[in-house]
Formats: sequence, structure tokens, C-alpha cells
Amino acid sequence: MEIVFLLAACMSIASVALICIFLFANGLPAMKEIGLDNFLLGRMWKPGADIYGIFPMIVGSVYVTGLALAMGVPVAILTAVYLAFFCPQKAYRVVKPAIELMAGIPSVVYGFFGIAVLVPLVRTISESVNGRGNSIFTAALLLAVMILPTVIGVIEPALRAVPRSYYEGALALGATHERSVFFAVMPAAKSGILAGIVLGLGRAMGETMAVIMVAGNQARMPKGVFQGIRTLTGNIVIEMGYATGLHREALIATGVVLFAFILIINMALTLIQRGEHR
Amino acid sequence: MKTLCRYTRRMSAFLRRHYVGSRLMNFAVHAAAAVTVLVLGFLVAYIVVRGVPNLKPSLFALQYTSDNQSMLPAIINTCTMTFISLLLAVPFGVGAAIDLTEYARRGSRLTRLVQMTTQTLSGIPSIVYGLFGMLMFNNALQLGYSMLSGALTLAIMILPLIMRTTQEALSAVPDMYREGSFGLGAGKLRTVFFVVLPSAMPGILSGVILAIGRIVGETAALMYTSGTVAKVAGLMDSGTMLALHMYKQASEGLYLNEAYATSVVLLVLVLLINLLSAKTAKLMMKGRG
Amino acid sequence: MNSSNAFEVRGMNLHYGSFHALKNIHLDIPKNQITALIGPSGCGKSTFLRSLNRMNDLVEGCRIDGDIRMDGEDIYGKIDVNHLRKRVGMVFQKPNPFPMSIYDNVAYGPRTHGVKNKPQLDALVEKSLKDAAIWDEVKDRLKKSALGLSGGQQQRLCIARALAAQPEVILMDEPTSALDPISTSHIEELALTLKDQYTIIIVTHNMQQAARISDRTVFFLLGEVIESGETEQIFSSPRDKRTEDYITGRFG
Repeated sequence: MEIVFLLAACMSIASVALICIFLFANGLPAMKEIGLDNFLLGRMWKPGADIYGIFPMIVGSVYVTGLALAMGVPVAILTAVYLAFFCPQKAYRVVKPAIELMAGIPSVVYGFFGIAVLVPLVRTISESVNGRGNSIFTAALLLAVMILPTVIGVIEPALRAVPRSYYEGALALGATHERSVFFAVMPAAKSGILAGIVLGLGRAMGETMAVIMVAGNQARMPKGVFQGIRTLTGNIVIEMGYATGLHREALIATGVVLFAFILIINMALTLIQRGEHR
Repeated sequence: MKTLCRYTRRMSAFLRRHYVGSRLMNFAVHAAAAVTVLVLGFLVAYIVVRGVPNLKPSLFALQYTSDNQSMLPAIINTCTMTFISLLLAVPFGVGAAIDLTEYARRGSRLTRLVQMTTQTLSGIPSIVYGLFGMLMFNNALQLGYSMLSGALTLAIMILPLIMRTTQEALSAVPDMYREGSFGLGAGKLRTVFFVVLPSAMPGILSGVILAIGRIVGETAALMYTSGTVAKVAGLMDSGTMLALHMYKQASEGLYLNEAYATSVVLLVLVLLINLLSAKTAKLMMKGRG
Repeated sequence: MNSSNAFEVRGMNLHYGSFHALKNIHLDIPKNQITALIGPSGCGKSTFLRSLNRMNDLVEGCRIDGDIRMDGEDIYGKIDVNHLRKRVGMVFQKPNPFPMSIYDNVAYGPRTHGVKNKPQLDALVEKSLKDAAIWDEVKDRLKKSALGLSGGQQQRLCIARALAAQPEVILMDEPTSALDPISTSHIEELALTLKDQYTIIIVTHNMQQAARISDRTVFFLLGEVIESGETEQIFSSPRDKRTEDYITGRFG
């Protein structure tokens, strides 16, 4: 029986191995045929003309993710601080489950909310600069909301894990409650905070449906935050339905690039967490 | 006397700055929490307010047509898909967790590898699962667009979630239960199945319910594995799910009212599932006391 | 092997990794008596107790050599550990009823060892609960969760649970240290009635308890047996100065 459990445990090893094998086996040949340079750094994506450069999508993913973190992380950190140090017991019993529920809302619902509310809103705001509703900014704003529960969920326990003596020490030196939290407790929790941010980064970069619903999805180099863009994830979903031959393989190769990004992010996360335990 | 006065004045200026900083921090913290809660509240309220008036009986017709935009086939498929995915994932997830907490020697190479790959799995975005599912199940295993193909994909996707929650639930079972059982002459297997697993059940269940929530809300992993045919589907047929159905309605832009209605059903369903999961997890804590 | 002894221990040593926890133990434990193991915290008395039903096997890095015989049989030889633990029951420091019904708790042992017949099981549960002097308190709530009982009741339930497995020896690891005085006296009375049928070995911190209930006493210090003998003799005229210091409360 022990061996049955062991085999079950090996399931995750097998899964990761299979995912790697299938993605790489189907994606690498296309990269080779297109040329790694042309594929990764090419600024033109024209499947009709057999031109497959995904640089615009890489840049698009980076822009959207970066902007989303810039907007979402400060709110997430402050909210986590609120939950850990400012929240009255009664409010906590409402706020905490509410934030956990946020993590459960499907991405299509977020996306639909984006279409219905954020897109018109951003269109109005950016009218003066000739902005569009479906834009980098809209996608980033939506992602910023979507990563909140993930990031808060990691940072709050990290803040709580800081020994109370740090806080009390600062208080005893005459610092206010706020100063003690921000200048004594937060620095001590920095690796946990970093882990939260990196996890949010992974979530934002991998998010697909919500982003394609509001990002505009034009496969070209970004022209400003209020203009449309296509991300790596979007590229796969939008064209996979009708792609054949090299085009299809190029989309799978896009998946490989995305997968590589995610693996790097995961590795960074592991390193941060390992450092934490030491 | 004069110097003392000056000193206190300088001191109080410093203190004022000191306190102004603290006030600002206090304000920022409360503002951020308010933003978080308000966004969530607004989102839920908006979907409910716009969606509920659009709920019509015709949206729940057994047959989907482009006129009635019925979501019933998608709901039925969602149930089927959830059932099959859990059937595939739960035995492996729970078995793996039993191995890791009850049998495996901590820190052995294999254990570390299992833990590392599990963490990797939980970080992989659903579109990558979708791509993999399409390549392996639809193409290589020639299942084509089918519920089975989608369920296999989802099973791998929820595996790390079930493993992690089960592991947590098992480690929360006090060692004195295990000792008590061994002390009565029960073997390892009997101890695991008759003492440890039953006491960990609420925790495991809460993880399974959480997994149901993820399955119900999933789209990207299913678009190219189970496909989007809006019909009640069997194991080998292509069939759309509720979330995917809603995505079509929303992105085509022709059926926005119906999309509101579908999204309110989806949202309420997922929120209920998550609430249920939290309630079950609490049962676990109560059993302890 | 003397047939009036339940256990005979010869030249036993126990190591946790590099820590030498028990040193060259020689000890006889007679049948149908209560043997008390006393000594300061960390002296090895609990460790010794747990090596009699091989609970130390669960501890990583634990190594035992020497000879421990139960009825002449080497318990670290080729035997079925689960069967050994059936023959040598155990009651733990903290009451640890399983989170299931009172009935299922008591029936756990017999079921484990293959009793399936319902009337037989019922009879065994009832007898065990009666022997553990808790039947009257629980007979109307057998299907209720065992976690609803008080601490003292839980501990007696744990004793009933151990009895139901029909052991020959019962090990008790400070069974009353988590209980109030009244529950403690219940357990002590119980131990005295049980010794006619069972061999009882009890670890205790409580000197009066050892004096009250045990027939023989073994004094442990720093992993060694300093002195063992009739309880009366140990408490009235200890042969070793260290034993005297301990029982008169000069250290510990």
C-alpha cells in the first residue's frame, strides 16, 4: 500500500515532466525554423506572411504586468498592514473572508466587469490624449485588482510572523503605533513581502481571459499606456482556434516562452522562501 | 527660561512632524483597505444588479439556441466536468499527501522533488495547462475536443491544490492520535485510514470544495481541450462550461444582457462554493476543541 | 527466565542519535504487580516505558541494543510489532481519545485485531468500560463523541480502550499528570483493581502516588537504574543516598 501512496506522490513529478516534454517538443522546432532571434526579437507578427516575431507580445506582457504591480502592490501591502495591525476584531471577521472570496471570483467575471465598467471609464479619462478604452492601462488596472488577494494572502501572515518584541521595542522608544509598524515590523518582514510580490507577478503574467477581454489585443509594439496591446497569453488564445502548420507551432512556442518566464519567477520565489527559512 | 522655551518649541515642532507622518501612514493604511473592500463590493453589487433583472426562464432551457442563449447545457456540463476532474484528481492528491506526511522521510531527495514539482504546478498559468492538455490529450492521445480531455487537464491543474490542503489537514492531526492507535497494536495503514484520515476529513473536504470553485470558474484551460459546443455533453463529446459560455457571450458583444445574467449565476455559484469551503474548514478547527 | 516475570531486561542501552539516553539497564518486572518508575524529568523513565512496546521505533534516530524479553521472547527479535502492542497496552500522559464515538473508541482495538461479530464486540466494549469504572457514566451516550467527556473520563475511556484490546501488560505514562485530584484518585483505585488481571507499569512524578499504589519501585537517574525493589523498602530505607535525596525531595 505504501507503494501506492508513493506512486500518487510521483504524479506531480510526472505531470511537470510531461508538461515540459509536450510543450518543448512541439514548440522548439518552430523556434528553430523561424530562428530564435527572429522569433524572440522580431517586432512583426504577421502570420499571413509567415512572419512570427513575438517581441511586441513580450513587451506587452512586461508592460501590463509591471504597471499592474505598480498599482496593485502598494494597495496590497497597505491592506495587509491594515489586516495585521489596524483592523478591529469585528471588522476583521468581515474583511478577511471578503478578500479570500475575491481570490475565488473567476477571471471571466473580472474580465466582464472590465468590459462593462473599466473600459468606458478609461476611455473617458484618456479622451484628451486620444486614448482607447481597451488599453495597457485598463488591463493593468484590472490585473492590479485581481492580484490583490494573492499578494495580501502572503504578506499578512509574513507581517504577523514578525516577533512582537520588534514592535514593542519601537513603541518603548517613543515611536507611534504607525511608526513602529512601518519602520520596525515591515523591514523585518521584507522577504515575505517580496515573496508576495513575486507571486503576484506570476499571477499577473499568467492571467489570460481577463486580459484579452480588455487589452485590445493588437499585435504591435506598444504606443502608449492608453493604447491597445497583446500579451503572450492573449496571443495563444486568440489565434489558436484557427491556426495551422507553422503558425500553430509558433503559438505553442509562445506558450513555451511564457512557461519559461513562469519557471524563472517560480524559481525566484523558491529562492526567496528558502532564504526566509535560513 | 528663554532657552527652555525655545527648546520646547523646537521639540513640539518635531513632535508635530512626527505625528503628521503617523497620521498620513494611518490614513494610507485605512484608505488602501477601504479601496480593496469597496472594489470587491462594487464588483459583486454591479454584476448582481445588472444580472438579476436579465435572468429569464428561457436562459434555462434544456436546448441551447442562438436565440435563447440558454446556459443550462453549460451548467450541466460544468457539473459533469467537476465530477470527473475530482474523480481523477482526489485519489492522487490525497494519496500523495498521505505519502508526504505519513510515510516519506522528511528531507529525502524524492520528497524534495515532489514538493518542488508540486509548487511548480501550482504556479503554472491555466493557459499553459490548456496548451498542454490540447497537445497531450486532444492530439497525442487522440481524445479530440472532449469532456474527458478537459477533465484530465483540470485534474492535473487542481492536483497541487488538493495535495497542499490535504497535507495541511493531515499535519494538523495531533500525533497523540497516531500514538494512541499504534499503542493499541494497529498498523500504519489502519492508523492512517481509521484515525488520521477521518480526523482530517473537514480540512480535506474544504480543499476539495476550493478545487470545485476553481473548476467552475476555469476557462483558459478548457477552451482548446473540452471546446465550446453548447450542448449537454457525454464523456467523449465536446461541451462548453458555464464560464466559457459567459466568455463567448461577453466577448462577441451581441448578447450582453444574457452575459450579465450568466455572470451573476457564475459569480453567486463560485462565491457560495468558497463560503462553503471556509465553513467546512472551520468545522476542522471545532473538532479539535 | 523466571515465569513470574512479565519482562526481563538485560544490558539494555538506548541512544537518540549521539545521546546515550538509557545506560546498561538490568531489570525484572514481575507479573500482576504495579511497578512504579520514578525519577526527575529527563531521567529516561518514559523512554524506558516506551521501549517495552516499541513505541520508540517511531522516533527517528533511536537505537536500542541489549536484551528485552517478554515471557522469554526477545521483543526486538523477529516478532510482529503490532501483536506486541496488542499484548502490551498503553495509556498516555494526555488523554487521547480518538475523535469518534465512545463506542468506536473502545471497539478500535478489537476491530483492529479482527473481532467483527457485533454481539461479541458489544460485550467486549461493555466489559472494558465496566472494568475501567466508567460504564455508568457513559452507557447512555455510547454513540456520542468521546471528545465531549471530561479529562478524567477521557483518561478512563483510554484505559477502557486499552483493556478492550485484551492486553497482558498495561503501560501508563504519567496517566494522572493532566488530571484534577478527584479524577486522579479514580485512576489510582482503578489501577489497584486492575492489577489482579494485568501487569501494570506506571511512570509517575508524584512520589505519594508511587507510594500509594505500587508494589515495586524503580528509581531512574540520568539514564541509569539507581535502585529498584519493594516500594516499602525503597521509601522507608533506600540503600542509595541519591534515592533518599530524591524521595525526600532534596532534588527533582
